[in-house]
Amino acid sequence: MLARKSAPQAPNPNFVQCKGCKKTLFLADFEANLWVCPNCGHHHRLTWQQRVEVTFDIGSFEQLDLDLYSGDPLEFPEYEEKYAQAQAKLNQKDSVVSGLGRIDNKLISTAIADFHFMGGSMGSVAGEKIARAMERGVEKNCPVVIFCASGGARMQEGLLSLMQMAKTTAAVDACRRNGIPYIAVFTDPTMAGVLASYASIADVIIAEPKALVGFAGARVSAQAGVSKIPGDFQTAEFVFRSGMLDRIVERSEMKSTLSQLCGLLGAHLKGIN
Amino acid sequence: MANSWKEWEKPVLDLEEGVAKLKDLASKETDEAKRKALETRIKEFEQRITNFIEVRYSRLGPWEQVLLARAEPRPYTLDYINTIFTEFLELDGDRRFGQDHAIVAGPARFNDTAVMVVGHQKGRNIQERGYRNFAMAKPEGYRKAIRMFEMAERFRMPVITFVDTPAADPGVESESRGISEAIAASMLKMFELTVPVISIVIGEGGSGGAIGIAIANRVYMQEHAVYSVIPPEGCAAILWRDPMKKAQAAAALQLTSDSALKLGLVEKVLHEPFGGAHRNPAEASDIVKEAIEKGLSELVPMTGEQLRVQRYERFRSLGHLLGE
Repeated sequence: MLARKSAPQAPNPNFVQCKGCKKTLFLADFEANLWVCPNCGHHHRLTWQQRVEVTFDIGSFEQLDLDLYSGDPLEFPEYEEKYAQAQAKLNQKDSVVSGLGRIDNKLISTAIADFHFMGGSMGSVAGEKIARAMERGVEKNCPVVIFCASGGARMQEGLLSLMQMAKTTAAVDACRRNGIPYIAVFTDPTMAGVLASYASIADVIIAEPKALVGFAGARVSAQAGVSKIPGDFQTAEFVFRSGMLDRIVERSEMKSTLSQLCGLLGAHLKGIN
Repeated sequence: MANSWKEWEKPVLDLEEGVAKLKDLASKETDEAKRKALETRIKEFEQRITNFIEVRYSRLGPWEQVLLARAEPRPYTLDYINTIFTEFLELDGDRRFGQDHAIVAGPARFNDTAVMVVGHQKGRNIQERGYRNFAMAKPEGYRKAIRMFEMAERFRMPVITFVDTPAADPGVESESRGISEAIAASMLKMFELTVPVISIVIGEGGSGGAIGIAIANRVYMQEHAVYSVIPPEGCAAILWRDPMKKAQAAAALQLTSDSALKLGLVEKVLHEPFGGAHRNPAEASDIVKEAIEKGLSELVPMTGEQLRVQRYERFRSLGHLLGE
């Protein structure tokens, strides 16, 4: 007897499956809960638009530098195609979006990485937008908040991508010289070249629960070390315990936490209001 | 495709070994005529070696460049320190956790100037390689480097760094002690410096581990060094799920000194002696020394603020941007 295969069903647009506990969730509930599973608390990855929605005052976000895009300086195999595909699919020019927004009416210069665009990888454009967001904080005299979500440097731009680690670090130096508070939010995932540059040297680092945070891929780390790997290795919780970040904050508390921090660390800034 | 420098250079190495044996024979030969004959053969062999090297080194592909950059007999940081500087005094410890032998550091004298030297150090045999952790620095290494940069700033000493690492240490312990933060903090410290900084990539410029000590006013690269965002093996594994396609990956990544110069990411490529730095370390060292002299002569007249701003702008401008 032939086993009966169930016909592939079109997914019901009113429901989604949690990537953590696999439970089926009612989409409206899921969205109302800021894309956090009401059942297991899994924080799902956000697009930059969703991040704007959960973070900034309604209608306050203004995207800047939005025409920037990367050429293919190395003529790297398949880069042009992959880049064009990502641009078409996500209707954005590169992995990072930068601009100005308000949190509880406080002016914030921001950059948001979107993991859905080539893994949030940092090439020339991402590096430039992050650097500009920091410099804009200096110019506008307001705090800087960067949302990280990246697998690391963008391989397809070769050494130019590595140089973005230096470029974004230089911009952090500009913030420090000018008394501009810079807060990094580690979302899932914050890895490699991004972690080893501007992300790790923020004045304050906040992570979303269970976000993947690490320098090398877990397999590489395992091969390199003889020591036992803790079960939560390279999660926000592990990094928090290691003393490398300040707080783990649930998404529902993120806006109020950022508001409080920017208010306190940015109390001296004229541009914040 | 060769997998190691030894394998790739075997034909030349065999000839060189043959010549050494012939020379040994000739030195022991008492019969004048026989010795003359041997010497003629040695000359022939040496000519063949020269021709061989000429041909092979004139058509080095990117993968062969990677093998050369990793070659064990290549001069390492301490070799350059010992020939270029005097009075080098190695200092140690990050004052926080421990030692790191993958990075060597300390004050030294360059001609008449007191300078601070920091560099990755590889090992040539199994013991040394273990001791140096294959030049893969841990957080302690970068934090030791930061200490040296801070001293250089306080005591107005130019900083010279030598870059030669496959990568920063990716182990669990490095991760838990903040390898990412250590690299980033080291870069940040270098941006703050108001003294001249020169970095020279002498072998492998391996991604974050390399740039962690390469924020300089002038960045030079030796002819056969490589500088890359990811090792070709890793790139091949990610792109084609096949680490064996490392030669293609090496080509795609454009990690050679030529490419870095063309992309405007290094100021100068330092020519290497015929057949690579390892065939004539003394000459290689002279070339590096001359480059440092030239670099310092350009940088020393600048004010501290000019140096800091030049370094900032140098790195701030790097990238390939369109649309504005």
